[in-house]
Amino acid sequence: MKKLLLASAATALMAGAASAQDVKLGVLLGFTGPLESITPSMGAGADLAIKEINDSGKFTLGAVSAVRGDSTCIDAAAATAAAERLVTADGVTAIVGGDCSGVTGAVLQNVARPNGIGMISPSATSPALSTAEDDGLFFRTAPSDARQGEIMADILTEKGIKSVALTYTNNDYGKGLADSFGAAFAAKGGSVTISAPHEDGKADYSAEVASLASAGGEMLVVAGYVDQGGKGVIQASLDSGAFDTFYLVDGMYGDALIQAIGEPLNGSFGAVPGTDSEGAAKYQEMATAAGFDGTSAFSPESYDAAALILMAMAAANSTSSADWTTKVMDLANAPGEPILPGELGKALDLIAAGTDIDYIGATAVELVGSGESAGNYREYSITDGAITTVGFR
Amino acid sequence: MDILNALIVFLNFVFVPGLAYGAQLALGALGVTLIYGILRFSNFAHGDTMAFGTMVTILVTWWFQSMGINFGVLPTALLALPFGIAVTALFALGTDRVIYRFYRKQKAAPVILVMVSLGVMFVMNGIVRLIIGVDDQNFTDGERFVISAGDFKTATGLAEGLAIKTTQAVTVATALIVMALLFWFLQKTRTGKSMRAFSDNEDLALLSGINPDRVVAVTWIIAAGLATIAGVLYGLDKSFKPFVYFQLLLPIFAAAIVGGLGSPIGAIAGGFLIAFSEVMVTYAWKKVVTYIVPESMAPDGLLQLMSTDYKFAVSFAILIIVLIFMPTGLFKGKSV
Repeated sequence: MKKLLLASAATALMAGAASAQDVKLGVLLGFTGPLESITPSMGAGADLAIKEINDSGKFTLGAVSAVRGDSTCIDAAAATAAAERLVTADGVTAIVGGDCSGVTGAVLQNVARPNGIGMISPSATSPALSTAEDDGLFFRTAPSDARQGEIMADILTEKGIKSVALTYTNNDYGKGLADSFGAAFAAKGGSVTISAPHEDGKADYSAEVASLASAGGEMLVVAGYVDQGGKGVIQASLDSGAFDTFYLVDGMYGDALIQAIGEPLNGSFGAVPGTDSEGAAKYQEMATAAGFDGTSAFSPESYDAAALILMAMAAANSTSSADWTTKVMDLANAPGEPILPGELGKALDLIAAGTDIDYIGATAVELVGSGESAGNYREYSITDGAITTVGFR
Repeated sequence: MDILNALIVFLNFVFVPGLAYGAQLALGALGVTLIYGILRFSNFAHGDTMAFGTMVTILVTWWFQSMGINFGVLPTALLALPFGIAVTALFALGTDRVIYRFYRKQKAAPVILVMVSLGVMFVMNGIVRLIIGVDDQNFTDGERFVISAGDFKTATGLAEGLAIKTTQAVTVATALIVMALLFWFLQKTRTGKSMRAFSDNEDLALLSGINPDRVVAVTWIIAAGLATIAGVLYGLDKSFKPFVYFQLLLPIFAAAIVGGLGSPIGAIAGGFLIAFSEVMVTYAWKKVVTYIVPESMAPDGLLQLMSTDYKFAVSFAILIIVLIFMPTGLFKGKSV
């Protein structure tokens, strides 16, 4: 009851302070579907940023509210319909989302561009989105997998590994990552002896492992999922003595793998998106205080996406996508006053005063290229049955 | 020229895994073919019967492990297997009593029974997920290898290793024993003979006084036993995940149809044919050939006929070819 009173009092205050128009932000994530386990924390991240902006009382364009839409992660038609509803019925002026690469591309082409609505995706990583026609409306706080390919090539080259066999899960994510890694590794003088796809959830991986072993290589790069074919390939490789060390991509990160395979996995290594910046720790504190898990995948990226949109609106002094999208790159990148999570009020003050800011946020945001995160990765290795952080890059 | 190493590579990566996978498929296909021969419909619930049986076996295995019972170097699951078979057989009999018998009394067309089995499949799918969850379960224990790749290399001094997992050895041995028992049962015992008679000509069998309820019950018990054994062997060798068992249905049906539906010998031949063709047609022969030919002729390419993505296409291409030229399968089963 106390909470309800507080909330209604706050709403009443806010309504009084707000000008005639309120600002609506679409949050388009796969609340049902394959990513349904992580989207609640992503949505909570976006809500946290919106609440912070509202609470600061310094956002002059109106009270901000979030309208959620379900992208389903895999069904492009459903995602397009949900986005269409957000734009035409709810009148949102910006979209945080979508989450999966496929639906994000569909929404960008079918809804965002025709209606001129800007969107910032927290989690779409397909390299194809870097070159998609976007009329300057699309940004992402997640790194492209092209970046992960380079990171992988760097790590392997630094360890003196010259030739690897590669297996990838047969979908856009796996194929995109395999291609970008192949190109990056070749540029550094390494060679991929074979690039063999595997299907997830299949009965037997001995055919794949046989071919990988025949092609040879110093180690096996596994670009798959930790609870799917990736695990099956690793198990079969170890059993037949084909490979004994593995490079694990972001999809292969998890304690589940160590529990399933055990000791033979020692010595394998990999990298996952992550940063040791001050902002990351700050965000975890704020998330814990707000009652959700801030370490959940892509939750900090969601906070950053929502925060960037609202600050860009403040900087443009307009909620129109044509205006705010031009400010995103300036705000996200140096030079300027660094802004961490929890300092959005300060950022609004600085913007109002005309001072340049550099939004660091929860994921050390640095937008490159056509407006995507440069990407920070945490390199780790598996020693004595535990994941040990080696460093950040 | 190094024929020995070439042979070892072939054995390690093609023959041993293919043999174990083939034995698992053959046991699964035997169950499918038996149901088809005697009850006259394709049982789509077979994959999930395997999952159900394996689940029960896993639960009993965990119970044994918690009491400190184990089977020495062999997996504890083998001790739990009889319990799994018993519970699964009861479950199958119950399903028959509640569902299939109704349609059998009505002399429903086979296609209706197939649809009914599809419904049973979804229900079993749900039951298994409710009880044990959707995640991977590892329940192998005991000695992991009969001989590991590293040990083989040090023992023989060869450059290539040969690994034989305990689970692979157990799979092949169990499959052979089960197959021998099944054939003895079908050929020599009175019940087995009445089952074959029922399969060949139902009306004639009824006229000569064979009790149809008994034949049906025995068929379900044997099919449930075969499904549980196949499922447990597969789970020991790889791991248990309900979704994967559901997917196993495809290669199992391909094996049963290639061999000839209704023919037990055909099911076994089909299982090994599908397993080996999946591994061999998509195998990159580079390493084997490099050992055999003189060094100057060593290949640069992978010598791979087609990429491994096509391995399922291979088994289904075989299926289509067999159905076109021998519609009743390799071993003269019933036509579909």
